[in-house]
Amino acid sequence: MISASLTKEFEAVVGSENVFTSEPERQAYSYDSAVLEPVTPALVVRPTNSEELGKVIALCNENNCPITVRGAGTNLSGGTIPDKRDGIVVLTNGLNKILEINEEDLYAVVQPGVVTAQFAQEVAKRGLFYPPDPGSQAVSTIGGNVAENAGGLRGLKYGVTKDYVMGLDFFDVNGQLVKTGSRTVKCVTGYNLAGLMAASEGTLGVFNEIILKLTPPPAASKAMMAVFDDVNKASEAVASIISAHVVPCTLEFMDQAALKHVEAYTKAGLPVEAAAILLIEVDGHPGQVADEAAVVEKCLTKSGATAVHVAKDAEEKFKLWEARRNALPALARAKPTTVLEDATVPRSQIPAMVAAINDIAKKYDLAIGTFGHAGDGNLHPTILCDRRDAKEFHRVEEAVDNIFDVALSLKGTLSGEHGIGMAKSKWMEKETSRATIDYSLNMKRAIDPNNILNPGKIIAG
Amino acid sequence: MSADLTKLAKLLQELDDQMVACMKCGMCQAVCPVFSETMKESDVTRGKIALLERLAAELINDAEGVQEALNRCLLCGSCGANCPSGVQISDIFIKARTIVNQYMGLSPVKKAILRGMVGNPKLFNMLLDFGSKFQNLMTSKASEKQGTRKAPLLEPFIGNRHFNPVAKKSLHAKYGTIDTPAGKSGIRVLFFPGCVADKMYTNMGEACLKVFKHHGVGVWMPATQACCGIPALSAGDKKAYDKMVKYNTEIFAEGEYDYIVAPCGSCISTIMKYWPKYGKEYPADMQRKIEKIAAKAMDINEFLVDVLGVKPEGEAPKGGKKVTFHDSCHLKKGLGVAEQPRDLIRMNSNYELVEMNEADRCCGCGGTFTLYHYDLSKKIGGRKRNNVIETGANVVSTGCPACMMQLNDMLSQNGDDVEVKHSIELYAETL
Ligand SMILES: Cc1cc2nc3c(=O)[nH]c(=O)nc-3n(C[C@H](O)[C@H](O)[C@H](O)COP(=O)(O)OP(=O)(O)OC[C@H]3O[C@@H](n4cnc5c(N)ncnc54)[C@H](O)[C@@H]3O)c2cc1C
Ligand code: SF4
Ligand code: SF4
Repeated sequence: MISASLTKEFEAVVGSENVFTSEPERQAYSYDSAVLEPVTPALVVRPTNSEELGKVIALCNENNCPITVRGAGTNLSGGTIPDKRDGIVVLTNGLNKILEINEEDLYAVVQPGVVTAQFAQEVAKRGLFYPPDPGSQAVSTIGGNVAENAGGLRGLKYGVTKDYVMGLDFFDVNGQLVKTGSRTVKCVTGYNLAGLMAASEGTLGVFNEIILKLTPPPAASKAMMAVFDDVNKASEAVASIISAHVVPCTLEFMDQAALKHVEAYTKAGLPVEAAAILLIEVDGHPGQVADEAAVVEKCLTKSGATAVHVAKDAEEKFKLWEARRNALPALARAKPTTVLEDATVPRSQIPAMVAAINDIAKKYDLAIGTFGHAGDGNLHPTILCDRRDAKEFHRVEEAVDNIFDVALSLKGTLSGEHGIGMAKSKWMEKETSRATIDYSLNMKRAIDPNNILNPGKIIAG
Repeated sequence: MSADLTKLAKLLQELDDQMVACMKCGMCQAVCPVFSETMKESDVTRGKIALLERLAAELINDAEGVQEALNRCLLCGSCGANCPSGVQISDIFIKARTIVNQYMGLSPVKKAILRGMVGNPKLFNMLLDFGSKFQNLMTSKASEKQGTRKAPLLEPFIGNRHFNPVAKKSLHAKYGTIDTPAGKSGIRVLFFPGCVADKMYTNMGEACLKVFKHHGVGVWMPATQACCGIPALSAGDKKAYDKMVKYNTEIFAEGEYDYIVAPCGSCISTIMKYWPKYGKEYPADMQRKIEKIAAKAMDINEFLVDVLGVKPEGEAPKGGKKVTFHDSCHLKKGLGVAEQPRDLIRMNSNYELVEMNEADRCCGCGGTFTLYHYDLSKKIGGRKRNNVIETGANVVSTGCPACMMQLNDMLSQNGDDVEVKHSIELYAETL
């Protein structure tokens, strides 16, 4: 229980309208998009400017209250589930201003609660481009994206969120503002703390203002779909495209199980008999796009694609991407509970990973559809189940364990983009090493001696 | 008592079966008009579902708190239309409101309004007819353009809203029962004006009658018909709702007609979808009657365009008065009717149709929502008003009388020079 007098202190900082105390209000912050046990926060506080944010953090630290910062709460790893020990949720959606868009120097400065898609739209209005586009961008925040190092469909060519963070300032646990990076393209002043902050999941500091790199948008693009009767061939096609030195902006994969669900939902005429499809888009200068599209087509055919459909116009392109966009909705409708995982392997290991996922599905008698970013080796095996069925859910947990074991054995990683949070912390040592954990723990202890900043995330304990 | 408890338990189970589909992805935040004003998770679907997941326990802890949280929703359906998981959100909220109300018993005031007045059409009509004669004493003119009035004396009850007065003579009082045979169209409709067109926007009701006459559509408008029941249902008062549905069903089952047509997306959605859905415990005979009636329900815009084939030809008119169209939630998200009213507006060469930003964003009325959360409702409506004003339109049109009330209030409060008209009125002007 947070005492009434401490609640009053928070109210004095942010105003009583920005401190949520009632049970229904607090419960609404007890979960995120991960399928995990909810924990109701003791208090929810919403600062509306930097000064308030700093004061709130200091107040939490002084009173030994664990802080979990929350953007939109769309992370899939339990990163915003508050601590059981009277955890306080600090919202960033009161800090949602785009402070500057600099068209000359190609950067922008934003507060952490700015919604990703709204930012991308504002930038686009000025003829510029912010490439990171997580599937949750309509609601996810820049702060959450940085803290999770979110990726998107364009990751292959354009990189992920951290590649766009030129600098940021953040509050340390004492509420002091720490600055790192700059508005210049190059900056080697001191440690690369911005790099450290990306994917830190709220455990090392709380972002205040973030400087983001912008780029000119590509002038043209071309999209196509390739159909395969064998997953290996799809994977060979990915390798052959990359080794032909073409980097598509998007190279997406969907297996047969996913295809069947998407087709059942959209009735778009997808090749449900195919073992897999690849959806590819190349972009850039019109001449380059034409050349690259031709190379990609050749690679696809040579690798044994049974058909390649090139979108003739914007409408056809839209239809192709519609299939990809509908992968999650289609799978989500098939069964009550959707467990979306994030296994990532070197690109060449995609067939081995897909085969293993299919074996695991059989072994545990579960429906699993797989789609994902083939170009990055980042797969999203999606388990369809009903969390109310305890026996089935136990099998799901075992299957997930198994999937990660396989990903690691294939020299892959636990998370391509969804972060570790609480959901995957138990595997950290397996992927890295005890020494890595110890090094990280030492750093965390030095930065946050009372373990106030989002405890229990990334490193269990 | 135990029968009631069994019923409650069954409803809770149904609720649970529907809620389990929510994967807490949070995508509903992107479209919820209430969330975009308050930015609180408890005001968006995901937060409400989290609360409802513990409904049984929460009712014991804090039933009022649950009710308050549930009432902070417009039932606009935007989240449902955008939900990747296809969660039947409106359905969940309606059921939850019913459960909470059954648990708490309705407040005496609500009971009086919903059961005593809306549930008793004769008394309701009489009181409104009576009230219309005296309303000028209590109210003063607010805006000529929107025809609104205000009532400072009533501010403690109705806020500072600007409202359209009740018509001197309601449609049913003026025409009694209308019963005309099908003309050249060969079609006869049961005309369901809905409470607002019957009692407030009678011009709009008459525009519908004019359109039917022009197209040789036979009309049956039984003077005795009652409210469709949606206000009671969305307030969670299933008893009052059942009373209205049963009352109307008995009347409607008697007539011969091809379609039931209403100038209100909410009435049509209710008859078409809710009547069959929330009548599973009615006698089998009643259910059969309802199925038959529901199958004939159609929005008037859709009826004119898709059944009668009214469609503009050639270029859209340019250079006339500017009109912009607001998509009512029940019409677009509920019934998928969006192009038809625009087609009807384009039939009127005096107008040039200009689209506003976020045309399908809720206006903030939400039936009883505006009564309980007027400040929030005004904020949401204010955004709609700004979008209307930005187009420079002289007229804002819509397909739902409840939205018309809200739009009139918002524009009137700002002293805007913009009229509010139903799409049927604009079309009727051409005949
Ligand atoms: C439908 C759906 C699709 C998705 N698609 C993708 C995808 O394509 N790619 C991808 O990478 N992810 C995806 N995700 C996961 C998720 O959207 C991302 O992780 C996103 O970056 C989270 O942003 P958020 O604002 O919701 O952050 P939250 O979930 O609120 O927070 C995430 C983490 O960031 C921390 N945090 C938030 N703000 C701050 C701050 N100001 N300072 C310090 N720490 C902070 C939190 O404490 C938490 O640990 C998807 C999720 C869903 C539900
Ligand atoms: S969009 Fe649908 S599935 Fe996602 S949180 Fe909202 S209601 Fe649940
Ligand atoms: S129905 Fe409308 S107001 Fe209610 S939660 Fe959904 S989007 Fe929000």
